[in-house]
Parts: sequence; structure tokens; C-alpha cells
Amino acid sequence: MATLGQSLKGVMDWVDARLPVTETYEKHMTKYWAPKNFNIWYVFGVLATVVLVNQLLTGIWLTMSYVPTGEGAFASVEYIMRDVEYGWMLRYMHSTGASAFFVVVYLHMFRGLMYGSYQKPRELIWVLGMLIYLALMAEGFFGYLLPWGNMSYWGAQVIVSLAGAIPVVGDDLMTWVRGDFNMSGITLNRFFALHVVLVPLALIVLVFLHILALHEVGSNNPDGVDIKKHTDEMGKPLDGIQFHPFYTIGHDLPAIILFLFVFCAVMFFYPDGGGYFIEHPNYEPADPLKTPELIAPVWYYTPYYSMLRAATFPLFGMTAKFWGLVVMAGAIAILFVVPWLDRSPVRSMRYKGLPSKIFLALLVISFCILGYLGTVHPTAGRTVLAQICTAIYFSYFLLMPWYTAVEKTKPVPERVTP
Amino acid sequence: MKRALLATLLLISLPLAGFAASSGYPLDHIEPDIHNKASLQSGLQTYMNYCMGCHSLQYQRYKRTADDLGIPEDLMLEHIVFDPEGQIGELMTNTLSAEHAKAFFGAAPPDLTLHSNLKGGPDWIYTYLRTFYLDDSRPLGVNNLVFENVGMPHVLAGLQGTQVRPECMQLPQKASNGGVMRDPLTDEAMTTETCGQEIVDAGYYPLELVEDSGSLTPEAYDQVIYDLANFMYYVGEPARIDRTRIGVYVLLFLAFFYVFAWLLGREYQKEFHKT
Repeated sequence: MATLGQSLKGVMDWVDARLPVTETYEKHMTKYWAPKNFNIWYVFGVLATVVLVNQLLTGIWLTMSYVPTGEGAFASVEYIMRDVEYGWMLRYMHSTGASAFFVVVYLHMFRGLMYGSYQKPRELIWVLGMLIYLALMAEGFFGYLLPWGNMSYWGAQVIVSLAGAIPVVGDDLMTWVRGDFNMSGITLNRFFALHVVLVPLALIVLVFLHILALHEVGSNNPDGVDIKKHTDEMGKPLDGIQFHPFYTIGHDLPAIILFLFVFCAVMFFYPDGGGYFIEHPNYEPADPLKTPELIAPVWYYTPYYSMLRAATFPLFGMTAKFWGLVVMAGAIAILFVVPWLDRSPVRSMRYKGLPSKIFLALLVISFCILGYLGTVHPTAGRTVLAQICTAIYFSYFLLMPWYTAVEKTKPVPERVTP
Repeated sequence: MKRALLATLLLISLPLAGFAASSGYPLDHIEPDIHNKASLQSGLQTYMNYCMGCHSLQYQRYKRTADDLGIPEDLMLEHIVFDPEGQIGELMTNTLSAEHAKAFFGAAPPDLTLHSNLKGGPDWIYTYLRTFYLDDSRPLGVNNLVFENVGMPHVLAGLQGTQVRPECMQLPQKASNGGVMRDPLTDEAMTTETCGQEIVDAGYYPLELVEDSGSLTPEAYDQVIYDLANFMYYVGEPARIDRTRIGVYVLLFLAFFYVFAWLLGREYQKEFHKT
């Protein structure tokens, strides 16, 4: 009589002959060789996956009680908050998750910039990651309209009206996006469809491709050295270790729990994030006749919002608003081409020269200042500051081909440093 | 022609009265306490007696309120649900139609379920309900420090009494060291006449209560308003009670779990140092 183990093996053999389950699992988990020198910066990809799963699951349950109509949306959110069992928890997990998603994604992107993870042969991983970032921004934007609060309404109104700055087709484009001559229940319905079907689907596919591309070329590491250069006779990289179980349990599990601790502390005790995650004017229903005193997007968009407002003068016969749109779109678009702007012979910031370090630090500082400026009323002084920071932001990218080529780099070790 | 123009201007400006912006008057701060059931019950009582006629709580149910505030359902039905056919599971709505409300006050009184969240806390309502004063220039005879030219009457005047806003007040004179300037001979505090906005800017309360005009002492009235503000803070997010209670256990569990995850992780990390 066959033992249980033998029977299970029989089942697995049967499945494997028809679907490469074991092979796929080994390729991506137990025989995926990750460099041994990962540091704390290498947990944010895993954390982003955790948040993605959180958003998908809580989103599904929220959809069960949410009413996507102009008449019912606002009340249905309060229904979820009061009458649905643990509805408040689902909603706060989702709203806090949105902000958490951007926190971990921004840190993940910073890691990529710091250690040159976008350099050859990882250009496609970077581009796919940027597409994820773009999809995430769209997802956040569509989702923010759904509670149908007054800030939802006016925030979406401001962003949609940007399309109106495009010459010739602007006005028609705006009407087409809204599906109406004003923001209305029709707009809400289509944003709902995009938020719960199209963009999540795109996100899942893009995340899948992002990981597939990563596992094809292998992970970069803080030294930026190629671990595949030194392998044993079996072809296993000497500086590599199995992703599962050594990274999943040895590295990621404690990090996930730490992250959940911070996440839950915010979610249970400061769910509106002091007005930054859920803005106060969003506690009254959308009202086309009542503009909030200050229309500010949620914090993760505010750097770009500042750049949009920093364009204050018309040029070449185009309005300032149009140039603001160009600057904002350019600020996002330029991220896509980073792999081709960096001419440095080394990947990691550890071995790059001083100019690279200074420019990266300036990028982070200017991005944070722009983020702050986007949450407050513009004044003359603040606009000048926003213009300076916008210039610094772009200089990081536009001057990169120059400073990475001329700076003196340090020698890169053959093997990873412990 | 001139008259027509004037009438048009008046017509345009009337609806705007309802949207008068907040005045920037400094708010008094209170610490709400959602676990103080006596305070919440008192707040509910005041709300139902004085506010509910115009301001519904349309997202909140009677049953939820009764359960959270520790009120037995039969008492709730008897004393709080005014509709004799009302059910305990109903939403806390009123019968004032939006059309009527608009005709009565110029702007429909808003639903107040989420008011505390909208204002970022209970301070606004606490200060607002204590700063009504007589103003003959207003249609209802009163104005408010926090919400200038508000369309709402001072519903609680019977409790608080009448406050007036004198044009000028005798206020203590500041000495150069920041203290009160005193007469060098008599050691009496010296005062100076301060007028209008300067009274507020100097940090003084610009209203005076007409003696014995209300049924409550100022302290008792402040307590009534504290309870009401506390209740409105509760009703803005009833889940806050559960949320903060469960949150403690979740964080304790995660902290406990982290210890074991860290110990387990350390065992696996030993493998990293083998070559």
C-alpha cells in the first residue's frame, strides 16, 4: 500500500506532466538565486505585493456594499462605515492601503535609483515598474472620486479640466472623459468601472510581467555586481541564495510584520492621516455649487500638482495651464527613460562619484518640498520655490548623461561585499 | 432702471449669505471622551431636543446610538424616537423638507452626522454654540463669532441667555514686560479702551452675558455644550469606539508575533554566512 507521501507525489507527477507547477515554483521561489547582500531597501517590492493583495481583497468586499451612483455613493460609504459588519475596517484598510502603496512604491523607486537597478540588462524591469506606477496613479485618481465627497468631486474636476488646456480638442476631450458637460453621476459610474475592473487588471498583468522580467535577468544588489559571473560547478551563483525560504522567511517575514505594525497603527488610530489620507472636506457630499476653500490632491500627487502650478506664464501662444500640463506630464514621462540617461560604468551609488550622490539627494529634497507645497495655498514666494524645485527635479534627469559620464567612479569589487 | 439693478444685485447676493466663510475666530479646544457615556447621553438629549428639528443625523441609526450609549431600547423608543410609529432600526432623520428649510432660513440646515469630521474635530461646534450675540442688522437678530452672518437662530438662548458685543471694552493694559501694567501709587491694574477686532486680537472674549437672561450658569451651559460636542464627535464616527479598542490588541499581537518571526528569521539568516 502506498504511503500518503507517495500518493501525493503521484498526484504532483500527474499535474506536472500537464502543467509546469513544480518547475515554475522552483524557478521563481526555491531555485531563484538572490544575491546574499540584500539590505533593508530590498523589502519594498515584497511590501508592495502585500499592499496590492490588501487592496484587491478589501476592494472586492467594499464593492459588495458600495453604490456607484451620484445619488447613493456618499450614503453607501457611510453605510459601510456604520452598518456593515467591520465595514469601517475594510474601508480604512483600503484607504490607508492606498497611501501605504505609494509610500512603499516611492521607497522602492528610490532604491532603484540609488543602486542603479534600471541599468542594463534591467531596463525593461524599470519601464514595467514605471507603467505600474502610472497605473497606480490612475487607480488612486479614479478611486478618490468614488466616495463622492466634496473634495473627491472638486479634485477630479481640477484634474479632468487639465484636458481642457490641450489646444483645439481640449473641450471636447473633457466632455468625452466626463461623459457629461459637468462632473456627474455618469462620470462616477465610468470611474468606478475603471477603478474596479480595467486598472486592477492592468496592474496585475504589469506586476506579473515586472516579476517575470526580474527573474529572467536576476536581481541587482547594493553593490551592483553581477552574481552570475561566479558560479559553482552546478551553475549556482556563489553569492546567491535561494529566495525561498532564506529571503522569504529570514528577511521578508519580519519586515512584513514591522510594516503591518506601522500600517495598523495608522489605520486604527489615525485613519484619516491628519487630513492627508482622507481630507476633511470629503466629509460632506459632492456639491457643484460649493468649492472647498483649498483644493489639494492627496499627498502622493502633490509633487506633480506643485509642478503644474509652478508654470505661471504663457509661452509661444500657449496658456500657462497648458505648459503646467506639459511640465507635469514631462516630470512623469522622464522617469521612463532613466536607463538610457545613466552613462555611468557602475550601477550602485556606493561606487558612483560625488555629483551622482548630490544630484540624487537634491532630487529627493526637491520632490519632498514640492510635495509639501502642493498641500498649501500658493503664494508668490512659494511659487518661486516650486519653480526652483521643479528645475532641480528636471536637472537630475536632464544632466544625468553629463554628470554620470564625467564623474570619477570607485572600483567595483568582483564579488558582493558582506 | 436703478431699482432693477439693485434688485438684481440683492437677488444675486442673497444665496451667497448661506455660504459665509468662517471668520478665523480662535477656537476653544476640548478633549472629547467617547467612553464617557453620561456625557454622550446628555449630548444626545440636547441634540434631540434642540437640533434634530432642523438638522438630521441621516447616516446614523437609533439602535446603533442606543447600543453605543448604553440606552435600553424601550427607553430609546419612548424618549428619543419622537415618531410614535418609529422603529429602533431606523435612520435618525427628521421631517423638515429641503424646500421648506430653504424658504425658512435661506439655506437648508445641513445634516450634521459628519459635521465633527468635516471640521476636523469638536472644537468648532463647541466654540460656535457659545459665541452667539445680539445683532440687530441680522434677519434673526443674532450673529456669531465663529460663523459670521450665519443663517441659524440662537436655539439655545433659553439656556445660555443673551450675549451682547460691546463696541469697546476696558481691558487691562499690557506692560512692556508682558504682564499687566499697574498704577505705581495704588497698585491697581490699569486699563485701556480697546475696540472691535482688537479685543479678539488681544486674546479677550469680546462678548458679555446679560445677567440672569438664561436658565443655566455659564459653567453649566459650557458643560451642556461640551456634552453636545462630544456626542457629535461620537456620531461622526461611531466605529471609533471599536477601532481604538481592537487596534490595541492588533498591535500587541503583531509585536508578539514579531519576536518569533525575528527569532525564526535569525535561524535562516545563519545560512547567509556559509559559503
